[in-house]
Order: sequence, then C-alpha cells, then structure tokens
Amino acid sequence: MSDPVQKPDTPYNFAYLDEQTKRMIRRAILKAVAIPGYQVPFASREMPMPYGWGTGGVQVTAAVIGPDDVLKVIDQGADDTTNAVSIRAFFAKTARVATTTRTEAATIIQTRHRVPEMPLTESQILVYQVPIPEPLRFLEPRETETRVMHALQEYGLMHVKLYEDIARHGHIATTYAYPVKVEGRYVMDPSPIPKFDNPKLTNSPALQLFGAGREKRIYALPPFTKVESLDFEDHPFEVQRFCEPCGLCGATGVYLDEVILDDKGGRMFVCSDSDYCEGRREEGHRGHLAGALAGAAEAGE
Amino acid sequence: MSAPLNETQAPLLSAENVTRFYGTRLGCREVSFQLYPGEVLAVVGESGSGKTTLLNCLAARLSLSSGAVRYLMRDGVMRDLASLGEAERRFLMRTDWGFVHQNPSDGLRMNVSAGANVGERLMAVGQRHYGQIRGSALSWMERVEVPADRVDDSPRAFSGGMRQRLQIARNLVTAPRLVFMDEPTGGLDVSVQARLLDLIRALVAELDMAALIVTHDLAVARLLSHRIMVMKEGEVVEEGLTDRVLDDPREPYTQLLVSSILQA
Ligand SMILES: [Zn+2]
Repeated sequence: MSDPVQKPDTPYNFAYLDEQTKRMIRRAILKAVAIPGYQVPFASREMPMPYGWGTGGVQVTAAVIGPDDVLKVIDQGADDTTNAVSIRAFFAKTARVATTTRTEAATIIQTRHRVPEMPLTESQILVYQVPIPEPLRFLEPRETETRVMHALQEYGLMHVKLYEDIARHGHIATTYAYPVKVEGRYVMDPSPIPKFDNPKLTNSPALQLFGAGREKRIYALPPFTKVESLDFEDHPFEVQRFCEPCGLCGATGVYLDEVILDDKGGRMFVCSDSDYCEGRREEGHRGHLAGALAGAAEAGE
Repeated sequence: MSAPLNETQAPLLSAENVTRFYGTRLGCREVSFQLYPGEVLAVVGESGSGKTTLLNCLAARLSLSSGAVRYLMRDGVMRDLASLGEAERRFLMRTDWGFVHQNPSDGLRMNVSAGANVGERLMAVGQRHYGQIRGSALSWMERVEVPADRVDDSPRAFSGGMRQRLQIARNLVTAPRLVFMDEPTGGLDVSVQARLLDLIRALVAELDMAALIVTHDLAVARLLSHRIMVMKEGEVVEEGLTDRVLDDPREPYTQLLVSSILQA
C-alpha cells in the first residue's frame, strides 16, 4: 500500500474513495488478515456501479492500490468482458494506474469467479468479488445463529450439505463455491470459483482478499495459509477433470470452458484463463483445433 | 409404567427451587426434584400451569430467575447448567440430551432429507464417513418404523406421525441419556398417538434413557412415566409414583384432573 496521491488531472480522490473510507476498509482488511477465513463486517459504500458488479472487490482494490500498482481484472478468466473492462477503466480513470491483461505483470488482480492458472507470487494480491460470503447460509438463514456457529466452530451443517449432495447425486455435486476450512479453524466460502481452483488457495505466496459489497463483509487468506476443501473419508474432494486438452493451446491440467462452434453441435474446449491461453500460443503451443474458431467465424460470414 | 427407581445412584438431573418470572408474571415457582438415570418423569397440568416454562428452564433453553438446575455430565461431575459456557451447553444439547418438540417441524430441518436429519448430530460431533452416517440413519429409521426407502425424501412429504418418529430418531442417534419431550403426541390422531406412545415407551426402556415429558394428557403420563408432578399456577401441587397419583390422588386439584379425564 503506497501513500495516497492526489493527482491534479482527475476530479476524483485517488481510487475514487475518500481517504477516511479507505482507512476504514484497510482496518477491516488487517483484521481479516489477522484472523484468516473470518468474515469482518465493514461499512460498505455505494459505488458507481450496481451490486453484482463486484462492488466489494472494487472497494478492497481501492483500499490497497497505490500509484505504482499494475492492475489486472478478470471475469470468469477473461479480461475482455464488459464487467472486467469497466472495472479496469474505473481504476485507470480514478487512480491513473497502469493496467494489464498479463498475470505475471500484475501486482493486483481483481477476479470474479476464477484463480489465474499461472502460479502467483509474493508480490501479488488477488482480490475476489464475493456475492454471498456466508457458507452456512444454505441451511441456516439466521445470521445470529451462523455467527455463533462460527464462534463455536459448529460446522456439522456444512457436511449436512455435502451429505445431501451425495444422497441425491451419488457424489459431491457442488462444483463451485465449494466450502473450505482455513488453518483448521474457520469454514469459508471461496466465492463462486470452480472447485478446480480450490487447491490453488492453499499455501499461496500471494495475499488473497475477499470483498462482499452488498453483504458488507471482508475476509482474507494471508500468504502461505493452509486451506482444505471439506469432504468425507469415503467421498474425498476431487477437482473437475477434462477429457481433452485446450483446443487452442493444447494445455492440460487447466480449467476449460466449452465453446459452441456452430448450430450443428460442433464445440470445443478452450482455456477459461484467456491470458494463459494466449501466452502459450505466443510460445508456439498449438491445440488440435487451433484455427477452428477462425474457420468457424469465416464460415459464418 | 413400573418404577425402576434406583436412588442409590446419583441423580442425573437435580432441580433446586427453579423459579422463572416473565417480568412480574409468574412462569413457575420453587420447583425442586431429582431425576434418576433411566427414570421417566411426566409433568402434567393444564395450559398455563407453567409446565412448559419449567421444561424450558430444565433444558437450559430459558434462564432461571432464581434456583438452579444441576446435571451429571458424562465425566461424572455434577454441574450447574448456568455455569456452562455456551459451547459446552450447546454440545450437551446435541449429544447427551434430546429435545422432542410438539410440532416436528420445530425440531427437524424441513429442507434436507430424512437421512440428513438423522445424520446431522453425527456430523456435528465429527463423523466424516458418509457410508457409516447413512448406515446409522437407516438403522435409526428402522427402529422408529420409518421405511428405509424414505431415507432420501424430505420430511415435508411425511405424515405427522412419521415426522414425529423421524424427530425422535434424529434426537436418539447420539444415545442421549436424557430426552425432553413437549407434548410429543399432541396434534396427532388418536390411532397415530397410540402407535407413537408404544414406540416411545419401548425406546425409553430399551435405551435406558431418562425422560422428562410435559403433557396435558394423563393417559400419556400413565403409559410412559414412572413418576408424575402435577402443576397448577406455576407450582407443583402433587408429586409421586404415577400409579399412586392417578389411582389415589391426594390433592383436590389432582382429584379434579383425574376425574375429568375419567369422565371424558
Ligand atoms: Zn488454451
């Protein structure tokens, strides 16, 4: 976190929020870092964008960003969605920071629903946008009760939810927002990332911050925190597996999105992390369907 | 029910001048008794007699205005319930105690399956093997006569009697030594009531549990309890072995209660 800098050529305070608000949010972040996985209430502010657009993440980013930071914003792995572009533009305008789409070039990455494929480093902060921070809400809607359950570590209900999954589907069918236990203490919702990304949370060198705007909660995973996905002994946690590599770059062991190519059932799987995919193609990797997208586009014209 | 009273043992629960006011209004006053392991005590009275207030005080669901409730913890130490921390109290409630509500939907999770309802306590105390949890749920459903093929159904799809049996199974899965029951057969058809009473009687005897049953129905008390406490206007007016109190009531109020039930 650098000192706030008032830039003369913008009508906004640095990163939009006033200094007092940023201090308040930083205090919440410090508390969250001190108690990994614990949801810290904060006085969430109105932001010039609707809830659901990551107002929690934006406030966290605004509180930690400095003029020398380089910001990357991803939405489901892509840098080019309206949501990602808007948030990037917001900070380019209000903080005049450099932005990037390259994971390795970024010092702060704000994300909606993905963790980048490239391993993060100690000099990076990953800021998650969180819609619903309370993992217990599914079965216990009363907040007074969930607070006590966290305080007393009464987490049997999380397994009731997983039990229901297995009873209904024969396996744990939860594929995103898959609950984790942090340092053996707090159960935490990792936000709606695919469970594929859960193993990236544990022991990460990067600082991971989670902001829920509408729900007014901030929580954190300090670097090198132990994060375990909940499971049963006879139904252990497993990540999704894909039966083919990325059609564009040939990557395996990454999270893939299904892309529909035409109305005749043609489809391909490509990296959800578009920057990772581009990087591999620049290095010369080619998938078995490289060219198919371009071909489909031409055929459609 | 014949009495297995064994007063050479330490009591499981001891009530000492239990008193509860709601502001200036009396809930119950200076109720004292001891409950022994395996004993079934019925608290009877009309609505407004204070029996439900007493039950909630004894079950640590309501704080006392004065007096004390002590319980023999599993480690053999008699503890004042008011001295327990919240974590200890909640742990006691979901392991060594059960609480059967009159309305099953107050005691069940209506949005998860029957199997998950029965298995919840096991998961709460740290069981992490799905197959074993499900196995326990199935075996308990069988014991309370809920068909095994309903294990994945929501309790919403169950009849009132079946819901109540499921609620009982959900409570008994951790082998509690004491179960509180608030009008457990209230609101059910007479034929359904009879079957449920038989089930409760058999389970209590088989599992050697103590039970505290609040009921306005003397027939329920007769069938299930070893001892009876009769309450009126917040106080205990008569107390004794069930057969003695019902066959030879000494207090005029008890005589009135017994005669009205006989005439009904
Ligand atoms: Zn790729």
